[in-house]
Amino acid sequence: MSSTTPLLDVSGLTKHFPIKGGFPIRRTVGHVQAVDGLDFQVGEGESLGLVGESGCGKSTTGRLITRLLEPTAGKISYQGKDITHANRKQLAPVRSEIQMIFQDPYASLNPRQTVGKIISGPMEINNLNPAGGREKRVRELLEIVGLNPEHYNRFPHEFSGGQRQRIGVARALALEPKLIVADEPVSALDVSIQAQVVNLLQKVQQELGIAFVFIAHDLAVVRHFSQRVAVMYLGKIVEIADREDLYGNPRHPYTRALLSAVPEATVDDTPRERIRLQGDVPSPINPPSGCRFRTRCWKATEKCATEAPPLVQVEGNKPGHLTACHYPETDEATPAPRLSKDPQTAA
Amino acid sequence: MLRFLVRRLLGAVITLLIISAVTFMLFYAVPRDPARIACGKLCTPETLELIRHNMGISDPMPVQFWHWLSGIFLGREYPGFGNCDAPCLGYSFVNREPVLATILDRFPTTFSLFLGSSVVFLVFGIGTGMLAALKQGKPTDKIASSASLVASSMQIYFVGTLALYVFVYQLQILDQPGYTPFSENPGAWFSGLLLPWLILALIFTANYTRMTRSQMVEQLQEDYVRTARAKGLSRPNVFFRFAWRGAMGPIVTIFGVDVGVLLGGGMITEKTFSIQGIGMLSLKSVVNNDLPMLLGVMVVTATFVVLANIVVDACYALIDPRIRLA
Amino acid sequence: MTSTDQQPFLSIKDLKVHFSTEDGIVKAVDGLSFDLVRGKTLGIVGESGSGKSVTNLTILGLHNPDSTKVEGSIVLDGQELNGASERTLEKLRGNKMAMIFQDALTSLSPYHTIGKQIGETYRKHTGCSKQAARERAIEMLKRVGIPQPEVRVDDYPHQFSGGMRQRAMIAMALVCDPELLIADEPTTALDVTVQAQIMDLLKDLQQEFGTSIIFITHDLGVIADIADDVLVMYGGRCVERGTKKEVLRDPQHPYTWGLLSSMPSLDHPVDVPLNPIPGSPPSLLNPPSGCRFHPRCTFAEKVEGGLCSAERPLLEIVDGRGSACHLSADQRAEFFTDLAGSAAN
Repeated sequence: MSSTTPLLDVSGLTKHFPIKGGFPIRRTVGHVQAVDGLDFQVGEGESLGLVGESGCGKSTTGRLITRLLEPTAGKISYQGKDITHANRKQLAPVRSEIQMIFQDPYASLNPRQTVGKIISGPMEINNLNPAGGREKRVRELLEIVGLNPEHYNRFPHEFSGGQRQRIGVARALALEPKLIVADEPVSALDVSIQAQVVNLLQKVQQELGIAFVFIAHDLAVVRHFSQRVAVMYLGKIVEIADREDLYGNPRHPYTRALLSAVPEATVDDTPRERIRLQGDVPSPINPPSGCRFRTRCWKATEKCATEAPPLVQVEGNKPGHLTACHYPETDEATPAPRLSKDPQTAA
Repeated sequence: MLRFLVRRLLGAVITLLIISAVTFMLFYAVPRDPARIACGKLCTPETLELIRHNMGISDPMPVQFWHWLSGIFLGREYPGFGNCDAPCLGYSFVNREPVLATILDRFPTTFSLFLGSSVVFLVFGIGTGMLAALKQGKPTDKIASSASLVASSMQIYFVGTLALYVFVYQLQILDQPGYTPFSENPGAWFSGLLLPWLILALIFTANYTRMTRSQMVEQLQEDYVRTARAKGLSRPNVFFRFAWRGAMGPIVTIFGVDVGVLLGGGMITEKTFSIQGIGMLSLKSVVNNDLPMLLGVMVVTATFVVLANIVVDACYALIDPRIRLA
Repeated sequence: MTSTDQQPFLSIKDLKVHFSTEDGIVKAVDGLSFDLVRGKTLGIVGESGSGKSVTNLTILGLHNPDSTKVEGSIVLDGQELNGASERTLEKLRGNKMAMIFQDALTSLSPYHTIGKQIGETYRKHTGCSKQAARERAIEMLKRVGIPQPEVRVDDYPHQFSGGMRQRAMIAMALVCDPELLIADEPTTALDVTVQAQIMDLLKDLQQEFGTSIIFITHDLGVIADIADDVLVMYGGRCVERGTKKEVLRDPQHPYTWGLLSSMPSLDHPVDVPLNPIPGSPPSLLNPPSGCRFHPRCTFAEKVEGGLCSAERPLLEIVDGRGSACHLSADQRAEFFTDLAGSAAN
């Protein structure tokens, strides 16, 4: 990845939301440190997963990348072009190449527009006239996402949740984007429908070569969909690695705890040992000093309170596997969650 | 809470300042000679000149506004007419009296009208609305809902005149409407205002019924109401302590707006029943082109609306602990 | 059904819950039977519209009596609840049977303090003093692991974090030592690390109090963690019943099998696409004939004579195990290929 320019290059990305208060004149009295100094790259056609619990800043990150929000600090480059503070006009060509898929398939489609209008909307705005006309293109897109092209004139309420999410995908594809930011695209769907949408997104990624930033809290879904995964905690990336390394050899205590907390639909004869974190995620208004995870970490020491661990390739990590921890996990006594690549071992 | 009040009162002062400045500009921008109008029919050139001088018409408008504004705090003198002590909202050359004195004279009337009708429409409106919500979908609900729909489409001048004709002139079971100060004769105060109260309340009752019903129906579907039932609390307990608590907020808000409107004087109500309140005063000022008086009424009314809004917000915080006033 | 001498603590027989709406009658629950043994946890799995939540609201009698028709019997500890008076039910709710809801933020009253909400349940059922109720509330908050309970007791729900709110809700449900606890998706709105805490808490409290729990969820992973027995619901009916081990390791119904094989797990081979169930959950206004799963079932055409669309498959339970499917045992063995995730052990 270092040889060529990545599709998306994010460095030091920071977003602080001001808190208003004070007396008698309202002023900024503090900041919600939603995102605090993120560095990551997304290559062409690659899928990067962003996982973390609520309040970790993953959705804010998605909104910063699509520039629905303006960063407080840091830099976002798209295809080598700095878009950090680009204005509306400068963003226009980029916006058509970076699309978004939202969590709620009920709230994110205009109920008064037909499916055809919803999907062709982005083309109209960008004055795009595909060969054969927009309607033909919409019908093609409907076909791609597994909907009947005859449904062109129907309204969103005539579709189920899973079908609506397909409409959302078709809309995102309308401008032939290079990057799609998907913010929890399956978490509002029924279990039996989630797999349908995950498979669709995977097909889109593989066949159309679209890069994804896949934001989710479900570690199993992210593992299935993303080649590279970043784990976020309180606005910072605590660990980022290729899928195999992150799930097979998690080094950050938080990653381990998160993985061990995932409920799995398996009945083990010997129950697997679990790491139980105490308490809740602290407030991002006043995050802990040093390592932000230290208040819930069982390994925390003085050093963790005074010194923020850098996100680096700690000893024992493969290249590209970065961990922000002073005391990375190596201990094999804590059984790491398994990762079997070979279906044959399933006996 | 104190911080909230101080901040809001500061805001209120600014709001009122803007309102009066705009009103002042609008009134004095009319291409007529306000002094000529104020002078009336029996106008001698001397009087006209005196009024001109007192109005300060030759001054630029900002200066005129400044005189008016400083009069509120310092009082003003109107040579040839009399003194207007602080707080002075101007001098009505038509009435030959300070504006505020007239407004204060009329205020008890309007306040009595407001007080009586509010009691009636709050009790009946909220009561009927709750009953309808409790019996949702049943005949009681349907009757209450349709009745309130009919009532809310009524007009005061129509129902009022009809009621006057039937109850006062034909059946003679109600007294001729009129205002007697409470301190003079409470009985006459009550009987003279009863019909205006009921008629004014009729229309408001309908609105409060519909609003209470819809709020209660919404609240009854809230998760926490279900939880309260799941805890074994009785239906009435859940209805009043949980659902009503949630429904109160929006009703208080609307009432706050209505307080401002009602204290500003129900022009049509007062006209229909020939009651001399603030409403009639502003009507008369418009007819007589009494600009100082109109300006005074406007400012007083605006003050009520702004103050009522502050009270509403404070009440909101008492009802709902999630709202913090700072 | 259970041939043991011990009477089931909760026994539901042929429960039907039908709502009348403007569009017609919604058959939310359509002939559901199950038993619950004292001190055990029954996991009810189903998607939205499967009737799992409706069933449990009906047990507590919290349905709207004007638009809902309830048939069948609900017997709790020898007492019939269907058709019982409101007064009888009020005495049982929060006392002998209690419920925890999914979203603790909306399910707790924003207008009353946590302590008051916990205490009033206790007062209602024991008639104790306000002071005693407050002390009990503090004790319960301590029990569910809220730090500084004597201070937090006077907080409002919005001052609590998501996990703490759910703990407070559990404290509220358990304040009268209920014998039956119904938990309706209690961890769905929570983060995984907090979800794990809450499930541990529920397990601990169950050990301590011996409560029977009905745990409703859409997440088979949560079921694997907490349940003893599992009941799978689809379209208002039970399609499969068994112990957790039986259902998750050796599913008998194509729907259960489909759910298990469509879920990505942490050891699902990454290069194999997921195996989704086609189609969408059925409309309960106009449910499919015969087996309600047949329009989405991959194996329906393998059953001869179009039986799946013509006839409702019967649920036969032997020793607490059974499923409602027309497929024969041999066919199942043939069609249900190994589950990639669960078989790794």
